[in-house]
Amino acid sequence: MRHIISIMLENEPGALSRVAGLFSARGYNIETLTVAPTEDESLSRMTIVTTGSDDVVEQITKQLNKLVEVVKVVDLSEAAHIERELMLIKVRAMGKEREEVKRMSDIFRGRIIDVTENTYTIELTGTGAKLDAFIQALEHSAILETVRTGASGIGRGERVLKV
Amino acid sequence: MELTGAEIVVKCLEAEGVEYVFGYPGGAVLFIYDELFKQDKVKHILVRHEQGATHAADGYSRSSDKVGVALVTSGPGVTNAVTGIATAYMDSIPMVIISGQVPTHAIGLDAFQECDTVGITRPCVKHNFLVKDVKDLALTIKKAFYLARTGRPGPVLVDIPKDVTSAKCPFEYPATVTMRSYNPVVKGHPGQIKKAVQLLTEAKRPMVYTGGGVILSDASKQLTKFVKMLGFPCTNTLMGLGGYPATDPQFLGMLGMHGTYEANMAMQNCDVLLAVGARFDDRVIGNPADFAQVQRKIIHIDIDPSSISKRVKVDVPIVGNVSDVLEELSRQLEAAAYKPNQKALSAWWSQIGLWKSKDCLKYDKKSKIIKPQFVLERLYEITKGDAFVTSDVGQHQMWAAQFYKFDKPRRWINSGGLGTMGFGLPAAMGVQFANPGATVACVTGEASIQMCIQELSTCKQYRLPIKIVNLNNKYMGMVRQWQQFFHGNRYSESYMDALPDFVKLAESYGHVGIKVEEPGDVEAALKEAFKRKNDLVFLDFVTDQTENVYPMVQGGKGLTEMILAEEL
Ligand SMILES: Cc1cc2nc3c(=O)[nH]c(=O)nc-3n(C[C@H](O)[C@H](O)[C@H](O)COP(=O)(O)OP(=O)(O)OC[C@H]3O[C@@H](n4cnc5c(N)ncnc54)[C@H](O)[C@@H]3O)c2cc1C
Ligand SMILES: Cc1ncc(C[n+]2csc(CCOP(=O)(O)OP(=O)(O)O)c2C)c(N)n1
Ligand SMILES: [Mg+2]
Repeated sequence: MRHIISIMLENEPGALSRVAGLFSARGYNIETLTVAPTEDESLSRMTIVTTGSDDVVEQITKQLNKLVEVVKVVDLSEAAHIERELMLIKVRAMGKEREEVKRMSDIFRGRIIDVTENTYTIELTGTGAKLDAFIQALEHSAILETVRTGASGIGRGERVLKV
Repeated sequence: MELTGAEIVVKCLEAEGVEYVFGYPGGAVLFIYDELFKQDKVKHILVRHEQGATHAADGYSRSSDKVGVALVTSGPGVTNAVTGIATAYMDSIPMVIISGQVPTHAIGLDAFQECDTVGITRPCVKHNFLVKDVKDLALTIKKAFYLARTGRPGPVLVDIPKDVTSAKCPFEYPATVTMRSYNPVVKGHPGQIKKAVQLLTEAKRPMVYTGGGVILSDASKQLTKFVKMLGFPCTNTLMGLGGYPATDPQFLGMLGMHGTYEANMAMQNCDVLLAVGARFDDRVIGNPADFAQVQRKIIHIDIDPSSISKRVKVDVPIVGNVSDVLEELSRQLEAAAYKPNQKALSAWWSQIGLWKSKDCLKYDKKSKIIKPQFVLERLYEITKGDAFVTSDVGQHQMWAAQFYKFDKPRRWINSGGLGTMGFGLPAAMGVQFANPGATVACVTGEASIQMCIQELSTCKQYRLPIKIVNLNNKYMGMVRQWQQFFHGNRYSESYMDALPDFVKLAESYGHVGIKVEEPGDVEAALKEAFKRKNDLVFLDFVTDQTENVYPMVQGGKGLTEMILAEEL
């Protein structure tokens, strides 16, 4: 099962490598990992997308909690939540392709943020699945480059993860 | 007044009540050594290899209620210490390691004796710090001691660049420290404790299984009282020996791979299992699938939530400190005027009696060659069961665990989790420093002892009257046993050729050496050694090369599928 785990941790050098090291040392999967400081500069917020059985995910959250620099851990997938990922994708856009790519981008609510004679660079946000779908929808050979941030997540409604 | 970083390090150690630091100097820690030289409150013990420093600090810690401290230089000093740090980590031993680092401006430039100490040690410490500003030094050291000894204990490393040890700042040692990200639970959840009381009250075939957590929590008094009150059978893991008195009739011996027949049978067949500060290790429960086949209710007390339901699903998890939880459990049982189900319990005890009658630790007492078990039985008698016994890793370790009956906690000092050969002698040094005047024996094998043999020199320098009991079977016996059982008697590289003359070796370090070749001489030699209160005596027992450790549960097999001595 896919889980989205949110972590609040001390914004200190080395904290990221402790989390990454934990996953590799114990053989847990990381699908994506994103991290940045929060409005409180002493704290970072990390989102990890992982897969594993319930037992494994239980161990993952316990082991994360054990890291001294980790302040809070929540498995967002346990309740309603919102997930977003940003992708920048550079695609070939020549001749009649230009119109087609533009239309596709509109359908997926993407924005063209850079243009050359032969290319478009599109910015797209959504769930990981939506970004995958966009890539699928394009002609494979037209994709020149993609870069994705990995998912960040937040609880729905009034559920708040705060220290 | 402003102090240098090096002065601050020493002042912090003093403030923590540190009596001994086990270490080895080098370029990056010279300022710290200079400050150690100028005072006499914190005593430095010079080892002969940094592995020895960490094992000695570890043994010091295990045999007392204090935090052991090691001091090493950057680069090779640290890498030599890693084995000792990992050893302490696997057994949850509180320890603080101070390491020198190249100056901050040189970090990352492949400077002389630079290594990424924080990176190398990260997976084998509870936590580590790199101190880049002298102003952070005192608080960091305070945090290191706090983290090492609270919650689930463990080693904490503080890496200090050389320029930080010479920089100055005002010094004040913080009286307390709090960390918002670190709040170990102490008291167990009352609701869970209530559920546990209910299960224990209804149990027909109960079993108490306790481990290192009882020792670490100094809870053996509470445990003993509690188990006596219940009248239940009790077993200890290798790390838990001494947590419950071994000579008590309710004690079934150690369980697990080389546990007793009765302990393993009772563990498998009980209907309510109370696990206390033990982590269901693979050497303890055998194949987890086989273990889970039997229906039983499990209550698990542990301070670390990640130890709970890691390998075995439990029914009543209780996160908390062993001594606090046991107090509360006892209180609730008393309040509920607990009466055991006497009928069921006595049927259970007769079943256990049958298992016991297998006499699973029997060995050939008439042997013409010295049997290792015989040496350990005599050691137990001659030291009146009151010695501190350290051990290395191998068959001798298992026999020591089986045949030396520990009635007190912190007397049995061995590397269980990492299984580190070379641990025994340096650990014994730490034990002797923590317990001056006490009887300290190091049970070892001819292979293990050679891994840290250089520490004989340290023992001479500080006049440590350790008694080394070398069970010399000229084999890496534990390896040989596996090769005999599981690899068709192909003894690949497990014969110990070209052994030194241990008597001469001991003598060359300035100690006493005695070689013992006949069973009839064992007792006299041991007596002679322990009479020499001020000497280190190296006893080299020439033992049966073919003896094996029984019972044995093969890796991956169920706990009750034991190989017993008589079956061969
Ligand atoms: C050659 C060899 C053979 C071995 N054979 C055996 C064998 O036959 N039988 C055997 O038992 N072992 C054996 N071992 C040892 C084994 O590898 C493990 O080290 C050992 O079983 C673990 O013991 P434990 O479960 O008590 O856990 P420990 O490693 O001692 O862990 C302690 C547990 O208690 C918890 N804890 C710590 N402090 C507290 C506190 N204050 N309050 C509450 N909980 C706390 C910790 O979180 C942890 O879960 C062998 C080792 C070697 C090298
Ligand atoms: C540092 C290290 N290397 C290798 C091993 C694997 N090992 C476990 S027991 C053992 C043999 C120990 O031989 P000895 O010290 O003579 O003890 P014996 O089993 O003969 O009593 C070995 C090599 C280990 N535990 N530690
Ligand atoms: Mg041997």
